Amino acid sequence: MTQNPVKLADEVVIDRDDLQQILDVLESDGYQTIGPVIREGVMVYGELKTVFDLPVGWTDEQGPGSYRLKKSDTPTLFGYVVGAQSWKKYLYPSVSRLWRSEREGNGFSVIEEKDQFPAYAFFGARSCEISAISIQDRVFNNDKYSDYNYNEIRRKSFIVAVNCTKPAGTCFCASMDTGPKAFAGFDIALTELLTNKRHFFIAEAGSDRGASVLSRVTFRPVTKDDKALALGVHQAALRQMVRRLNTSNLAAIFSDHFDHPQWEKVSGRCLTCGNCTMVCPTCFCHTIEDKTALDGLYAERWRKWDSCFTKDFSYIHGGSIRASEKSRYRQWLTHKLVTWVEQFGTLGCVGCGRCITWCPVGIDITEEASVIMQAPDGVSPSI
Amino acid sequence: MATKKRPKLAVWKFASCDGCQLSLLDCEDELLAVAREIEVAYFPEGFREVIKGPYDISLVEGSITTAHDAERIHKVRRMSKTVIAIGACATSGGIQALRNFKDVKEFARYVYPRPEYISTLSKSTPLSDHINVDYELRGCPISKVQLIETVSAFLNSRKPNVPSHSVCMECKRKGNICVMVAKGIPCLGPVTHAGCDALCPTYNRGCYACFGPKESPNTGSLSRWLGERSGMKDKDIMRSFRGINAYAEPFRKESEAHE
Ligand code: SF4
Ligand code: SF4
Ligand code: SF4
Ligand code: SF4
Repeated sequence: MTQNPVKLADEVVIDRDDLQQILDVLESDGYQTIGPVIREGVMVYGELKTVFDLPVGWTDEQGPGSYRLKKSDTPTLFGYVVGAQSWKKYLYPSVSRLWRSEREGNGFSVIEEKDQFPAYAFFGARSCEISAISIQDRVFNNDKYSDYNYNEIRRKSFIVAVNCTKPAGTCFCASMDTGPKAFAGFDIALTELLTNKRHFFIAEAGSDRGASVLSRVTFRPVTKDDKALALGVHQAALRQMVRRLNTSNLAAIFSDHFDHPQWEKVSGRCLTCGNCTMVCPTCFCHTIEDKTALDGLYAERWRKWDSCFTKDFSYIHGGSIRASEKSRYRQWLTHKLVTWVEQFGTLGCVGCGRCITWCPVGIDITEEASVIMQAPDGVSPSI
Repeated sequence: MATKKRPKLAVWKFASCDGCQLSLLDCEDELLAVAREIEVAYFPEGFREVIKGPYDISLVEGSITTAHDAERIHKVRRMSKTVIAIGACATSGGIQALRNFKDVKEFARYVYPRPEYISTLSKSTPLSDHINVDYELRGCPISKVQLIETVSAFLNSRKPNVPSHSVCMECKRKGNICVMVAKGIPCLGPVTHAGCDALCPTYNRGCYACFGPKESPNTGSLSRWLGERSGMKDKDIMRSFRGINAYAEPFRKESEAHE
């Protein structure tokens, strides 16, 4: 290879047929590459060995409570957006053992989990997802608390972003300032471009690690025409995104409209099933379960994803604080859009739309928030 | 160690298919450990030996369907410190509670050549309609993981980890693809008590609600969606709630609303 090394913030062009080289370099650098693959007719994140494992030529149609993958007439590699799963599946697994212990006389000894955390390369992370990861970083690594497992996996992970070219009907990242084009937090960002004659990627180095990987694949310099083409694609993606969340007056949801009649209405639809929190890439709540051997000589402590939609979630002495469905839906929405800010300094929602698509009865957070933000009919906003 | 006093366990059967008791025998790997910690004092299905009560734990399978059983369950209660109802029959009346929606005498006339020999109550009811039950394990059959967990919690004086939230939570933790959203297959997971580890959705089928209603089951909203979105007819919605746990109150009311 006679090319100059790629430097931080450089953009280069990689042909579709050379994209595999990125996967190969990542593998030789010791990464386990995870990316979008098709399982049971849906896009999920799984191990990615070759570019052919990607959902080549597939696109998705998403709406409230509905997801379908469709064959498209173009051979794009990234013609769909996010599915039910997010990278939190790897950074913060749904079920994990924290430690084990053995009884010793009247006390016990703790056997720590000495997991060898793999180095993951997340291939095809979307802009909203990278924002979600940075939100979870603040949760699992802040002045007060640091989660060992999360931070070990996170520290090692490599992120290849893909800029969205075809937002789904449930996406609203633009109004949350988190997409559709990746702006930070990646090692490499790709824009897929497909014309009559050519299928290629513009790759941007977002870190020195990313630049080093790009330096080792076949590329050519980016031209003005390539850049113009990419700009057009990014703008088209923005225009396509019809859903939005009005963020101008979110605080009112909690402060002024705590008793808004819409809470009651939406709780008539909500199943309190917890799907929205499970699929949300920023939700971090978990429960701790202890398991004991029948003879009481051995115990294990496990961590499992939990949800504010369960009654146990708010169980304290004497019962559940959020016994009503209404109070549980209100907890979810106000945490995502209001109280998260006080807690972590950002919103808890990145506009990925998962909670809308994967709600079995299609409850739409953007719709609910916009109704609750307004004063209820005939009532002054200050009650 | 060998002489430590082990709690005494009894296993009782009422109107049921024995499937839940079999789950206990099915705990092959754990059975020896159970027997080391617990004296299996009365379990006709598994052991010939009978040790007289009182018992520390009674696992009770089956629903109450005869006047005789309605009396017998009180005897079991009096003999037992802790009563754990196991399975859909014991906790909701079971599949045999389908009779509760019809005239049982009429069934007897069709099924038996000599219906006058049949002495039965008009309804099949859960244990909790008759006695105070200390704990319930759902399912048809129960989950052996939950059974061992409950016994282990009992032995170690802690609360069992048997959550009453939806099947969806287990389904999502497993990384399953939601059959409702991705395939339009009706699924009762959102209103059903967890415990099966989302068995049916794992195999691409909708949940049949073997574990009965979860905490706060919004059956009305789910039915509306199934009717409007999946085009299910009232008759089919009625049937989907009228299964193994038909007589559990939220399911009973929902099925009656679609009669
Ligand atoms: S609240 Fe909904 S749209 Fe927002 S980040 Fe979570 S899943 Fe995505
Ligand atoms: S919305 Fe609920 S589950 Fe999600 S982080 Fe907040 S409290 Fe936890
Ligand atoms: S909003 Fe939807 S996904 Fe969330 S708990 Fe309610 S019904 Fe389930
Ligand atoms: S498949 Fe059924 S149990 Fe699983 S998430 Fe969907 S509705 Fe819930």
